[in-house]
Amino acid sequence: MVSPKISVKDLDIRFGGIHALKEVSLDIMNNEILGVIGPANSGKTSFLRAVNRFNDLVPNYQMSGRITIDGLDIYGQVDRNGLRRKVGMVFALPVPLPLSIFDNIAYGPQLHGISSRKKLCEIVEKALKAAFLWDEVKDRLKKPAHNLSGGQQQRLCIARTLAVEPEVILFDEPCSGLDPISTAKVEEAMLQLKSRYTIVLVTNNTKQAARVSDRTAFFLMGELVEIDKTDKIFTAPADTRTSDYIEGRFG
Amino acid sequence: MNPRLTQRIAFAILLICTLIVIVPVLLIVAMIIKNGAGAISWEFLTTMPRAGMKEGGIFPAIVGTLYLVFGAVLFALPLGVFASVYLTEYARDNYFTRLVKLAIVNLAGVPSVIYGLFGLGLFVTFLHFGTSIISGSLTLGIMILPVIITASREALDSVPRSFREVSLSLGGSKWQTIKRVVIPNALPGILTGTVLGVSRAAGETAPILFTVAAFYLPRLPNSPFDQVMALPYHLYVLSTQVPNVKSSITYGTALVLITIVLLMNLFAIIIRSRFRRRKRW
Repeated sequence: MVSPKISVKDLDIRFGGIHALKEVSLDIMNNEILGVIGPANSGKTSFLRAVNRFNDLVPNYQMSGRITIDGLDIYGQVDRNGLRRKVGMVFALPVPLPLSIFDNIAYGPQLHGISSRKKLCEIVEKALKAAFLWDEVKDRLKKPAHNLSGGQQQRLCIARTLAVEPEVILFDEPCSGLDPISTAKVEEAMLQLKSRYTIVLVTNNTKQAARVSDRTAFFLMGELVEIDKTDKIFTAPADTRTSDYIEGRFG
Repeated sequence: MNPRLTQRIAFAILLICTLIVIVPVLLIVAMIIKNGAGAISWEFLTTMPRAGMKEGGIFPAIVGTLYLVFGAVLFALPLGVFASVYLTEYARDNYFTRLVKLAIVNLAGVPSVIYGLFGLGLFVTFLHFGTSIISGSLTLGIMILPVIITASREALDSVPRSFREVSLSLGGSKWQTIKRVVIPNALPGILTGTVLGVSRAAGETAPILFTVAAFYLPRLPNSPFDQVMALPYHLYVLSTQVPNVKSSITYGTALVLITIVLLMNLFAIIIRSRFRRRKRW
């Protein structure tokens, strides 16, 4: 059996009195896209933010359980900054820093000590190509990043994440603010990226999970209801709550 | 009553209130310009006062004020910025830090003469700096610290959380994030607050009264431990302590002081508006 890239065991998360995630266990394989669906407040984002330890930023956060990446407990000895470099994140709304396109991508590598102009140029070009943005912006790398369209901005954010060479990429509803054409481009990028990265995609859009992910997990009120091959989840789910949600009977 | 009429009356009242605020300010400025403009000349700005301040220029007072303000900023800007970075980014939000923040806001309202007495007690007497530029600068610096800290905290708070999250998500440490993302984006707000603090420092008399200001010293200072003349105090002296001064000299001094303060405010406005044009969030 292939060992999983990420293994989550009995993950339980509370924010003060709110029980956000209840005893979730699942494995994520190398080079797969795991879709995570579920209605609002189902714990999807809390789950995602546990994997790059972003929940640590919330003052009254408590968790129990284990998350390992390549067998290493990420809440054990691993340093947080190193972990976040390995586990990149793309946010719901594109957040270009108020810098040029070039400097946005170069920001991450610069944090990690790369200062040679030539090296940075190579990284920026490679990252933009991987995010399918290079052809659209190669003539205006010095222009401010916020002049790009929403979809371009989101692909810029993907490129920025790729520039620090992560192994896992977490997408937190990456298309919630985008039009269908921009969404298609971002999805295309994700499908290409899966050959080199492990991807977790949290989405409000069940159809997106159906289009993009290899396996899909359904969360409801902090519980993992079901995780299986995407085909199975969308055609013959084991739990009636899953089919109710997918068919739009609630949520 | 007819709503249109009510509206007109309300507008009229609001307009009158605004005029009551603006008109006296304009009158004061107009009066100072009218009476003082005649005194302004290259000689007035660049020569020493003569004949017991009844003739000559105000050069040492201008230089003195600039030195004091520069010294105050040199001391208060780094201290204020670092303190506000600590308060916004690092300090836990608990009863104690909230008390500290409240205390800082309240310090901005303490009468300036209190700062003057504090400076006299601490710098002049206790630390043996004497009545000197260094004592005056430090006293003014302490006076504008609350202004700088309050403005800096607001500027730091207004940098979107998402910017910090992006930097952290790329593996940046907290300090890298503060240094590369938070402070650069807060800088215009910090500078605006500083300039406003500085323009207050430039115009205050009470804090420098006991700590640095010389009554009549027609030469430039040689070291930070020298006394200097300063514009606000010189103005006070001319208006109340020296008999038979030509009113044009008094008003001319006021005009120079007011111009320096207004130029500083203008500078703050320019920084802010240039930044607004760049800001896109």
